[in-house]
Amino acid sequence: MSAPALTIALTGNPNSGKTTIFNALTGGRQHVGNYPGVTVEKIEGRTTHDGRTLRIVDLPGTYSLTPYSVEEVVARDFLFDERPDVVVDILDCANLERNLYLATQLLELGVPLVLAFNMSDVAAARGYRIDVERLSGLLGVPIVETVGHKGEGLGELLDAAVAASRAREQAVAAQRRPNYGTEIEPHVVQMTERVAGALGGARYCRWLAVKLIEGDRVTRRRIRRLCPDGADELIAEGRRLGEHIEGVGGDSPEILFADRRYGFISGACTETVTQTVERRHEISDRIDAVLAHRWVGLPIFVALMYLVFYVTFAVGQVPMHWLEQGFAALGEAIARLWPRGSESLLKSLLIDGVIAGVGGVITFLPNVMLLFLAIAFLEDTGYMARAAFVMDSLMHRIGLHGKSFIPMLIGFGCSVPAILATRTLESRRDRLTTMMIIPLMSCGARLPIYALIIPAFFPAAWQAPMLWAIYFIGIALAVVAAKLLRMTILKGETTPFVMELPPYRMPPAKGLLTHMWERSWMYVRKAGTIILGVSIILWAATTFPRKTQYDKDYAAAETRAVEQYLAEAKGLNRDVGLPAESDLLVSALRGELQMREGQAEHWPGEGGYEQASERKEARMAELASREGGGALKRFLAARDALAAGQQELERAGGDGDTSREYLVAERRYRTVVEQLRARDPGALAAAEAYLDRIRPELRTALSRLAAERRAEELTYSVIGRVGRGLAPLLRPMGFDWRIGTALVGAVAAKEVFVAQLGIVFSVGEEAGSTDTLRRQLRDAYSPLVGFCVMLFTLIATPCAATCLVTWREAKGLRWMALQFGGLTAIAYVLTLAVYQIGRLFG
Amino acid sequence: MPLGLARIGQEVMLVAVHGGRGFLHRMAEMGLTPGVRFRVMSRGVPGPYIVSIKGMRLVLGRGLVHRMLVKPVEEPPSP
Repeated sequence: MSAPALTIALTGNPNSGKTTIFNALTGGRQHVGNYPGVTVEKIEGRTTHDGRTLRIVDLPGTYSLTPYSVEEVVARDFLFDERPDVVVDILDCANLERNLYLATQLLELGVPLVLAFNMSDVAAARGYRIDVERLSGLLGVPIVETVGHKGEGLGELLDAAVAASRAREQAVAAQRRPNYGTEIEPHVVQMTERVAGALGGARYCRWLAVKLIEGDRVTRRRIRRLCPDGADELIAEGRRLGEHIEGVGGDSPEILFADRRYGFISGACTETVTQTVERRHEISDRIDAVLAHRWVGLPIFVALMYLVFYVTFAVGQVPMHWLEQGFAALGEAIARLWPRGSESLLKSLLIDGVIAGVGGVITFLPNVMLLFLAIAFLEDTGYMARAAFVMDSLMHRIGLHGKSFIPMLIGFGCSVPAILATRTLESRRDRLTTMMIIPLMSCGARLPIYALIIPAFFPAAWQAPMLWAIYFIGIALAVVAAKLLRMTILKGETTPFVMELPPYRMPPAKGLLTHMWERSWMYVRKAGTIILGVSIILWAATTFPRKTQYDKDYAAAETRAVEQYLAEAKGLNRDVGLPAESDLLVSALRGELQMREGQAEHWPGEGGYEQASERKEARMAELASREGGGALKRFLAARDALAAGQQELERAGGDGDTSREYLVAERRYRTVVEQLRARDPGALAAAEAYLDRIRPELRTALSRLAAERRAEELTYSVIGRVGRGLAPLLRPMGFDWRIGTALVGAVAAKEVFVAQLGIVFSVGEEAGSTDTLRRQLRDAYSPLVGFCVMLFTLIATPCAATCLVTWREAKGLRWMALQFGGLTAIAYVLTLAVYQIGRLFG
Repeated sequence: MPLGLARIGQEVMLVAVHGGRGFLHRMAEMGLTPGVRFRVMSRGVPGPYIVSIKGMRLVLGRGLVHRMLVKPVEEPPSP
């Protein structure tokens, strides 16, 4: 039977490399960031050392044990309530004095303690010489030098921790604690004895005594719990001593204590730490001279943000295109399992439900990954903290301060970790205000919506500015909302903030990729679970109940459209060079239509497909042999040559395009036209009329009928009924019921919006790629509506996960309700105004 | 003088901080106790400040500008 698991708590200042050591010890992959407050919850891992199981708990980084913020509460409660066997305090030894403050408090607690002097390589490189042995003697605790990211010293660290836990009593007895001087110390000792007497000699007595003298509220509550009988007396005694000390020392006891602790540290350090050169911040300071400059800093920040979005969009385009093609090919491969043109519920579920939904969301993975990569880079280099500095003045105007800005920036990735990151804010009012406005930061899940809509409605040159503008509108609204909140329900003075600026560092590529991947994986997982589920539900809701009796006879309408087409074609006879009443041309076109019908029932490569072409060829040959067959052949050849040229032009680019490819295609097309004009002007005129007028008319008529039929089916379905129920509400914003249904889906998760639009628009069609969807959107809506859709999804209805985490973190359903209702109301009013005003100006 | 009057590059000594008891305690725990010396590294207008204290860089939010009283420290003659 092996010994029971040892519990080792890791504590340390933010940025001391705690999480890196935790990961190295346990093989975990926790996120490590270069700004305060990355670890907001305690995290556990296990490892074995010398045959013993070690339970290692990573506590949030704290500067002290006085709970000001949630993470300090988490750390302190763990130390008190779970009583770890040994505490390992991790210190950034390039910043020793500051980091030792927490150590002095741990010494006062009287827990078995081991200090890990982390980043000792960096400290050495920066000219610090630390006499570790001497310092260890002065403090009475074992000290191990470590280099977290290289894994150096970790074995020794665990050795020391296990040793300290074996001989706890001796370990604690050897510790030196700060002495508060002749004026104060006797009172502390006296109080400690009283506490020890009341509690029966439990641990933490000196700490409790100090805290009672300070008048710490949390400690008073704890004392009441620990010994309900003597608590009032102890508290009164603490208060009396506190007042006495304040009278003697001229300052409140907690400040005197903090001062003495720093004195104790600096005493120990002057004897053991020598600094050969002051180099630690040299490079960082030089960078900050620009990035944190009073005037230049803000424009640089704005430009950086712009760059992030530009890269997200421009670079993401390429792999996105591959994914689109991949999903289109997958859709077709699946469709081929069934005979072409057949109806099958399962096929529809797979293609219109799963591929259109999940594929639609996964397609945007490259964009999302790039955005996450950029955010990870800003976090890990240390720029985030500078952004807080740069934004402080602006944030101050809206009643928040720079520190609130870090959660807001994280909100660009995802609202959920952003809301968790508000834990670093000490004041509850600041925290609530920040939480309320975080959903206005456009998160990664909203990116697919913009990435779908922007290219659908706006020319290439406008795309990046448009995306930037949407993000900016979110920020601007957040500003207004925060100001309003601070003026109304969350009124109160801003608490000033003090925050450490970590030195810049170049994050290792592996770390960046890991962080990017962790968050992207969440996105992929969401696509595979929530979005898959929602897609299937939405597909079912768009498919059932099925309509069997149509309001309109579509078959007859189609026949009428075809007849109209053939009649118009007959009018070309004269130009083609046929007698006016000749049926030759009409027969040829009818043959083509029949071939298409035949082909629509078979996949290319199947016998039926080939047979349809062969039948048409035979018919053509027969027609060509009749009288006037030569003229017919000339017309068909001219038409096909023109059509091929036009297709090439379309592929090469749009009108006014100046790319080489387009110019070449244009020249080739002109040559074809000139040659035809010289040889057979009549056939050219007929071909042009056919291609520009007669055939497009048929296509438009047929696709309009198909759309009408689809709309009829959808209106009949569950989703159509819901959407139409909402339509009167949405119409003032320019939205129809199709957008309405997509918005309903977006409440579950924002990305579902894209998936749902894909489903609504692709019903009855074969695997629609994003490009087809964009074309359909362009046909159905104006750019103004496109903009309104983005605006509405930006502001309205934070997703389900955000609502839940707000509820939990704000500890109140009403805050969640306020966030949800308030944002939706703002979205409605604002989108309505934009749409109506936009319509006035065309 | 209030911190707001300190120049960039100037070394100052903290004389007093105004504020509630909890706030003062927090400042003290960050090492900002009366008597501590620090150097102003950078500042916005009218705040925030970046100061160098005990070998680290701290951002002092804009709200602190008028709450902190400092006095200039003479530069020690360079050896």
